[in-house]
Amino acid sequence: MGFLTAEEKGLVNGLWGKVNVDEVGGEALGRLLVVYPWTQRFFQSFGDLSSADAIMGNSKVKAHGKKVLNSFSDGLKNIDDLKGAFAKLSELHCDKLHVDPENFRLLGNVLVCVLAHHFGHEFNPQVQAAFQKVVAGVASALAHRYH
Amino acid sequence: MVLSAADKSNVKAFWDKIGSHAGDYGAEALERTFCCFPTTKTYFHHFDLSHGSAQVKAHGQKVADALTQAVAHINDLPNALSALSDLHAYKLRVDPVNFKLLSHCLLVTLACHHPAEFTPAVHASLDKFFSAVSTVLTSKYR
Repeated sequence: MGFLTAEEKGLVNGLWGKVNVDEVGGEALGRLLVVYPWTQRFFQSFGDLSSADAIMGNSKVKAHGKKVLNSFSDGLKNIDDLKGAFAKLSELHCDKLHVDPENFRLLGNVLVCVLAHHFGHEFNPQVQAAFQKVVAGVASALAHRYH
Repeated sequence: MVLSAADKSNVKAFWDKIGSHAGDYGAEALERTFCCFPTTKTYFHHFDLSHGSAQVKAHGQKVADALTQAVAHINDLPNALSALSDLHAYKLRVDPVNFKLLSHCLLVTLACHHPAEFTPAVHASLDKFFSAVSTVLTSKYR
């Protein structure tokens, strides 16, 4: 058994196939900035982040959210080697972006909330459990090259 | 971390909306917590944790009732939750990390069942509220 069981892979891929990655990316990043305002520290050049509405409507937030989630989505294709898949991005986030890995855990949990919001009952405890493993794995992979 | 007037208003309005479903949501949040974060089951080794368990249902109702009380006394959480705070500190001694796990699963449950009301601003207010409750419940730990 790799990182996820065959059943968990099925649950993750089954749901992910229905996700509008671009939209969910913007939603997740936006909610991160609203719910945990200190994360705005990385986005001082993004313009108006003065209210929940401003953040959620901000085109730079949407564009960046899209970028982040497309990267996450690519990583899902290598679910059994997340550390390998995210090695370069890990170095980037440490050496150039200087992002505390705790932020990856926060974003992962916000993503889970967004999926719950979109999918409702379909996002049942078993599906959630599989995704919790995935977001934890991605966060860990992104932190792996930190020094 | 302080609950603003807007946070309090968001939480009260949302909790009014969920009404008598609170118990069901409490149980579902517990089920999600046990399923997603198996270490949390260590506090319930004496429970039947299978899906639909009567014990989990009852415990979910208990958790929900406590949160309903907290909402009603949102301006004075330390007093309103004092007895529960004692219970968690001296008897239950649930490690503080677990409050974050249950709070997260409460948010997920509420997002699933009330998508229209679970706006980003309300999401933030609820997260702050659960965090405030958790802080009170662990405030006498040492």
